[in-house]
Amino acid sequence: MSFTNHRKMQLYGALLLLPAAVLLTTFAYLPTVTTVINSLFLPGFRGAPTEFVGLENYQVLFDDPTFWKVARNNLLYALGTIPTSIALALGMALFVNGKLPGRGFVRMAYFTPTILPMIAAANIWMFFYAPQIGLFNSLLGALGIPGVNWLGDPSVALGSVIVMSVWKEAGFFMIFYLAALQSMPPELKEASDLEGTSRWSFFWRVTFPLLMPTTLFVLINALINSVRVVDHLFILTKGGPNNATNLLLYYVYENAFSFFDRTTAATITVVILVVLAVVATLKFTILDRRTHYQ
Amino acid sequence: MSNQSRIRLERVTKRWDATTAVDGISFDVTPGQFVILLGPSGCGKSTTLRMIAGLEEASDGQIHIGDRDVTRLPPGDRGLSMVFQSYALFPHLSVADNIVFGLRSRKVPKAEQRERLAKVAELVDLTDYLHRKPAQLSGGQRQRVALARSVISEHPICLMDEPLSNLDARLRSDMRREIKALQSRLNMTVIYVTHDQVEAMSMGDRVILMQYGKIVQDGTPDELYNRPASAFAASFIGSPAMNLLPLEAGEEGAVIVGESHTPVAPLEAVGGQLGIRPEDIALSTTSTTGVPAMVVSDEYLGADTIVHLAVGDHTLRVRLSGRHRLAGQQYRIGWTAEAAHLFGGDGLRRDDLTAYSLLPAAALSAESASSHSQLQPQR
Repeated sequence: MSFTNHRKMQLYGALLLLPAAVLLTTFAYLPTVTTVINSLFLPGFRGAPTEFVGLENYQVLFDDPTFWKVARNNLLYALGTIPTSIALALGMALFVNGKLPGRGFVRMAYFTPTILPMIAAANIWMFFYAPQIGLFNSLLGALGIPGVNWLGDPSVALGSVIVMSVWKEAGFFMIFYLAALQSMPPELKEASDLEGTSRWSFFWRVTFPLLMPTTLFVLINALINSVRVVDHLFILTKGGPNNATNLLLYYVYENAFSFFDRTTAATITVVILVVLAVVATLKFTILDRRTHYQ
Repeated sequence: MSNQSRIRLERVTKRWDATTAVDGISFDVTPGQFVILLGPSGCGKSTTLRMIAGLEEASDGQIHIGDRDVTRLPPGDRGLSMVFQSYALFPHLSVADNIVFGLRSRKVPKAEQRERLAKVAELVDLTDYLHRKPAQLSGGQRQRVALARSVISEHPICLMDEPLSNLDARLRSDMRREIKALQSRLNMTVIYVTHDQVEAMSMGDRVILMQYGKIVQDGTPDELYNRPASAFAASFIGSPAMNLLPLEAGEEGAVIVGESHTPVAPLEAVGGQLGIRPEDIALSTTSTTGVPAMVVSDEYLGADTIVHLAVGDHTLRVRLSGRHRLAGQQYRIGWTAEAAHLFGGDGLRRDDLTAYSLLPAAALSAESASSHSQLQPQR
């Protein structure tokens, strides 16, 4: 009696989980598994069956200098965007958390880049970066400094893309920091004021440690975002010049839909997934131990 | 040197736009005193404390600590410590780090920090908990950490903002004694904000009662209890509160509204109120003097019984020791002239008038309950 009841409850639970399970399987797990499988095969041409080649695709990929260039670009991009946008987000959050005239307006202004669709934002920055008529070069011209080909010069292009990404991301991360700051009881600041604690010391000894869970969350998000860049490259540079701004996911996109090389695309995707998983695991195991959760 | 912890407020005012939270209050705290700021919520007591601490800036007036004018000084330069209602412990730091937080801010050498920590932890009985996080402590222990944090600073002045209101009733009475003992042992000057009159009566050397941002009465607990300066003070101190009965003109003097036969005070008291503490009222069945009253209900509280009596249009409370079942019975009640307080129409105490003594011949009061044969406490 109670056994069948127990069974019924299990079935009931399973049914409740079903819709989410179906969606996740169809759009996340199945594609992942297929991608992994694809990366182990060579496609058959002209109706020939696909051929299992084991890790040969990976061998080919790692011998490809373009892949390493793109990977290096992505590493630089991550190093350029993640710390800067997080530091900027924290700074902006601290700024708009204080007593400030027009605080609501400033908060909104900081958040605006996040609301803009990436394509629209990239188009605005196209105008800023344009070599002759662009805003930056016009400003530099007014000061008598020769303009820079922001997106055309291979040595500057990646930097230009990084600046735009920071602009786009910092406001988004600021919201998380602001929410965390608002949930901090004001008595903590008052108690430390009574002891004559300087602002700087209060920040490093209280605010920052209490923001650690937020920082960890934002860090993981920023990392994922840094390998998810397709749309602004599509508008700004198309990965050029000479792959100077090509990043991993855009490279995947190029391989899959421009060169129709599904196998290489699948192989790179698997590499990205593995790297992300390793980095995220490291972050959680190392930083979690030092993080205080309330 | 001993004057260092004297606190003097001169016409201190706090305004927020249109509202005045604290309205020109002045008082002078002598070193070593335990002063209670008492009042209902919104009376400005916490704001006053926060202005002394420097967490709010006074809109007007001056605050002196020792010989210094600290009105515009930042909190850290005022030489005082504070215990918050929410304890304000740093959740990510251990008990030990919480306690020495201020010492680190003031760059006290490590060795001295350890020494002082050990001493203070011993004092508040936290030695075994130094490595725990605040979340792993009970409410009372957290309260002790907050106390330790203010004691270790060795500031002669400690401000406390309703430090016990987050604790349960039993713990509160233990902590009351602990705080009081700590204060007299370390000879601290304490200003203690509370809305609980029991805390005020039991801990304070001096109680400052506030209402609407002004001081209503400033005196010892004894003075507040025995000579309340206004009807508000009378109703705020004591549990149950003092009975306040409006007076109207009768044939031979002022009478309780609705009870026109028994004059209780001279005619001049008309328009004001008569106040009698529940423990000062005596009951009698035989007496012919006194005010007739009908028992509405009785509340048994263990050590004593609170009897609710209808007098004229009013209900008043009488406290009798022991257990009594009196509901529905008719009595005459009375009191001595000293036990009756008269308040004018403006609520202020009137010392120019004396209420009539209405003590019945053989009466039942809190003291004499057991001597009355007819009304033995029922066991």
